[in-house]
Amino acid sequence: MKPFWFGAGPVGSVGALVRLGAIGAIMLSVAGAFAYTGGWLSAVQLTQDRMMAAFQDANGIHAGFRRNHAKGVCVTGWFESSGQAAPLSKAAVFKPGRVPVVGRFALAGGMPFQTDEPATVRSMALRFLPPGGEEWRTGMNNIPVFPVNSARGFYEQLLASSPDPATGKPDPARMKAFLAAHPETVRALQLIKERQVTSGFANSAFNSLNAFRFVDESGASVPVRWSAVPVQPFAADSAEPAAAGDENYLFDDLIVQIAQHPRKWRLIVTIGQADDPTNDATLPWPADRRQIDAGTITIDQASSEDSGRCTAINYDPLVLPAGIEPSDDPLLSARSAAYARSFTLRAEEEHEKQPSAVTSQEVQAEGKS
Amino acid sequence: MNTQARFPAASRLLHWLMAPMIVAMLFIGVGMAATVSNRYELLVSIHRPLGIAIFVLCLVRIVNRLINPPPTLPDAIPSLQRFAAKASHIVFYALMFVMPLVGWGMLSAARYPIVLYGPLRLPPILPHDLTLYAWLRDLHTDLAYLFFATFLVHFGAALFHGLIRRDGVFASMTSWR
Repeated sequence: MKPFWFGAGPVGSVGALVRLGAIGAIMLSVAGAFAYTGGWLSAVQLTQDRMMAAFQDANGIHAGFRRNHAKGVCVTGWFESSGQAAPLSKAAVFKPGRVPVVGRFALAGGMPFQTDEPATVRSMALRFLPPGGEEWRTGMNNIPVFPVNSARGFYEQLLASSPDPATGKPDPARMKAFLAAHPETVRALQLIKERQVTSGFANSAFNSLNAFRFVDESGASVPVRWSAVPVQPFAADSAEPAAAGDENYLFDDLIVQIAQHPRKWRLIVTIGQADDPTNDATLPWPADRRQIDAGTITIDQASSEDSGRCTAINYDPLVLPAGIEPSDDPLLSARSAAYARSFTLRAEEEHEKQPSAVTSQEVQAEGKS
Repeated sequence: MNTQARFPAASRLLHWLMAPMIVAMLFIGVGMAATVSNRYELLVSIHRPLGIAIFVLCLVRIVNRLINPPPTLPDAIPSLQRFAAKASHIVFYALMFVMPLVGWGMLSAARYPIVLYGPLRLPPILPHDLTLYAWLRDLHTDLAYLFFATFLVHFGAALFHGLIRRDGVFASMTSWR
């Protein structure tokens, strides 16, 4: 009869025991390397899970919503390329012609039911869908520079602005300590504070903030940043609607405006020079850099996130067509990784999600008014 | 020392071609699911084409397995170990086949573009559905841990044959000539 487990063999001798120990040590090392790579062996390494935990500390739990830019509406429209960016980027989206767009307007922050306020950072996310499947996704903000230049900086800012469990409010001393350690944030926040806040989403300009690279047919590349610049005229924000009690005044206003007639933004690409910082989103580029009008974004329909086409989309800044490449900006990987985890979490929580702040009924009602 | 038959040359070639790819894939996967560093973009850009390459090679390997059956284990191997060897092979083949499909499927359900290289993309194979994505994304992780555990047991068993039993089973896959 065959032995069932360890057969009669050399196991048992001292040499075999040493070799058995060596096998165990090798296996433990491999398992340890795996655990290390997964970030489980470090108490301080910044991981996607820790980033998500920081969002939860700052904003609380809002099952099914994005961890950041949680309050938003879906929009659709198209991009009419002028062809002017085509010599710099071989991306199909820049060839002259029209490409469908699925977008999202949102407010920064992880609170999906926050009251619209003028100073809150506004965002526009776009998904360009040229034929052939070479998508381009971008998320832009109405600020001139980003407040931090690294994933660690973002994380620490989030922790510093989180409510203290004892008082329920952020501890000013923590924010002070954070700012003391991050002079780049102090400089960036000054530029952000100085920006002109407009009356709504439709006349806001939105900036990519991160740098990318445009790659042409020959493979040559240039650093770029891009912006969606409104065709709608500037009007300064008068915070009265918020004071009058409309918690969604920015979104309601946008829905009304789009229902009246389509709203347009020009896609302006700024070409950086060799010395312009591409790895630091807190630093503006000189104002005299060459700019190209790549085409016009037209938004002609709005819908609630509860039924809209933007909801099940992650506006991952690394979804790029051939012809647009990431720069060396560390925030691109950080954003992509954090967005991916946020997307997975809200997908897992989908069945628990409450209706969004801007409901389908609200969009319909405003659209008819 | 023994007369243990070797694996056919094609089987050995496929094994040693795919072994580093799969181990790299497991480490890249667990790393990219954790990191927020600049490595994320690089890891993701490797993970997708490498997964598809493993899938294609897996199909080749299944055909090869049917043409070139593996050598039988020595008679002295206990029956539980025989069962474990057989079961681990089945698990490996199943995972090599299913993991890339689950990955492709979950990206499809989330409508992420499945970029192989440059302008080369794979079409979606499932409808755009968040709940389906969540289910497949979790399954992808669970299967990855099962894959790593199976690899670890397989690796340990190989070393056990090579260093303790010295019954020719280790050499049946590792000998070059």
